[in-house]
Order: sequence, then structure tokens, then C-alpha cells
Amino acid sequence: MALAAIYSLFIINKSGGLIYYKDYGSAGRIDTNDSLRLASLWHSMHAISQQLSPIPGCTGIDLLQAHNFDLHCFQSLTGTKFFVVCETGAQNMETLLKVIYELYTDFVLKNPFYEMEMPIRCELFDLNLAQVIHKYRVALLGR
Amino acid sequence: MIGVGKAKQYANVLDKPLSRGRQEVSLSAFAFLFSELVQYNQTQVDNIAELERRLEDAGYAVGARVLELLCHREKGNRRETRLLGILSFIHSTVWKVLFGKVADSLEKGTEHEDEYMISEKELLVNRFISVPKDMGAFNCGAFVAGIVKGVLDNAGFPAVVTAHFVPIEGQQRPRTTILIKFAEEVKQVCIV
Repeated sequence: MALAAIYSLFIINKSGGLIYYKDYGSAGRIDTNDSLRLASLWHSMHAISQQLSPIPGCTGIDLLQAHNFDLHCFQSLTGTKFFVVCETGAQNMETLLKVIYELYTDFVLKNPFYEMEMPIRCELFDLNLAQVIHKYRVALLGR
Repeated sequence: MIGVGKAKQYANVLDKPLSRGRQEVSLSAFAFLFSELVQYNQTQVDNIAELERRLEDAGYAVGARVLELLCHREKGNRRETRLLGILSFIHSTVWKVLFGKVADSLEKGTEHEDEYMISEKELLVNRFISVPKDMGAFNCGAFVAGIVKGVLDNAGFPAVVTAHFVPIEGQQRPRTTILIKFAEEVKQVCIV
């Protein structure tokens, strides 16, 4: 089975601003301005897709499959979006996104020094996120 | 009024035994409440030392009440008169009731006679908190230091209590130490 790698992780707030960006490896790396632009682009596309959908009650794009990568997106009830750019055919990305959401609620939202909708600068979040991603990669490699 | 016998129905609500109450509270609920406490105090002060003092004062009130409650519930209304007694009471009973586990360690200071340290790998109140770099050595554990101070002061062992981060080699996160420095009168009166 092909090794499924995670290229990058984005978190955007409810107004479309990028609050967290992490790349894993040079394949996913883009510079700061590009990442900001991409984030707001994705936010708009996500919103438009809800309008375009022929089925009422659509909650937006969950998965975007391209030739070289997949993009999995998870939107929380408050409109914060977590999306991860990964290799095609990566498994269990939805679970990973839910775990990252849990880390966000724990180490970002319970941090008194974090301002809502601002970029995330929480040491504990970074630490735990790195552990989770590492565990995921090890699990993916082990299969 | 209640007559003799072990009637389950109490005619007078004052005769009902006090319930022990819920033993556990949701950690998330506490974390959010504590986060709000810190944020509220941040708006009221100008500097970090003030913020620590405010958290300590908040903890002091908790400590005073916890001492009364636990003396009644756990120790059958007996008062601690020895230094080591009150310290191990804090280290085990108070910690168990408040945080669900006994503290990691209780040590006597090596440099001064009247210093003791309770240390924890990570204080429960700090579990979700990442202090930004520009706040220096600020520790929300000042709240817990306040609790310890409240217990000690009201038990008759006045002390100055502070919370510190102690970096440990090989570990990313520092340990937390609650430093207890007893006042002069305690040294003279108490036999350790």
C-alpha cells in the first residue's frame, strides 16, 4: 500500500482568515502570503459550494480530489474550518481532523491567553498536534 | 421532630445528614471557568505581579474553605498541630480532594530551614494553558499557591507560598513547584 503522507494543515476562522498553518515536508510548503490567500480562497469556495449544491442542507465541501493530492475539510458547528492537504488515497483523514478539532478545543479554547479568531500561538497545541501527526504517520507506515 | 430509631424520612430538613455532594466536576467546565477567571483578572491589572497576586487571593478563599470542610469530613474535626502533619495533609488529602490524586512529591528545602516544596509534573489548573513568551515566568499555578496559603494560614501556620516552573533536563515541559516559606513564628513554635 502506498505511503500516505500529510502535506499540510490549515485552520481558518469563521471569517475566512488563516489562524494556523503547518506544513510537513517540502512538498506542502508554501510561503506565508500564499497560505493566507489560499485560506481565504478555500473559505469562499466552501461557502459557494453550499449555495451551488442541488441537495438542500448541504454543509459544504468535505473532500477535494485532484491528480496529485487530496484535500479533506472539516467544518465545526461554529464555522471554524480544519483542512488537510494529503497524498491521494490517504485513509482516515476525517478521524484525524476530528482529533485535531479536539486538540483545538482543549489547548486553544481553554487557554486564557488566546484571543478568539486570532492566529494560534499555543505551545501545548503545537506539542500535542506534533504527537498526533507523528502517531498517524507511524500508523500509516505500519500498515 | 425525629424520635428514636433510624427512620429514613426526616420530618425536619435540618436533621437530614449532610450529603457528601458530587465528588467530581467536569474538567472542561472547570478549565473554561478558570480561563475566564484569568482573563477577567488580566483586564483589571497593569502588570504580571498584580495578576499573580489576584490569582493567589482567589485561591486563598478556596483554601480557607477547603480546610474547614476537610477537617470536618476527613479528619473528624481534629486539628493539625505539627508542621509535617499539616504539610502531609495538604500533600495528600487536599490534593486528592481537589485534583483527584496526591501531589507528586513533598520535599524539605536544602538551603533554608523553613522552606518546603510540593512539586507536580503538571498542575491540573495548568493543563490546557500555554503562557505566551512575553509573560515571562508567569504561572497560573499562583491560584494553587493561594489555596495552599489559605489552608496554612487558617490552620495556624502562616507562610509565603509561591508557584514556580522548574525546567527539567530531557523534558520539554517544566515541572511546577509550590514553594512554601514559613513565617518566623512557625519556626519557633513547631517541632518538626
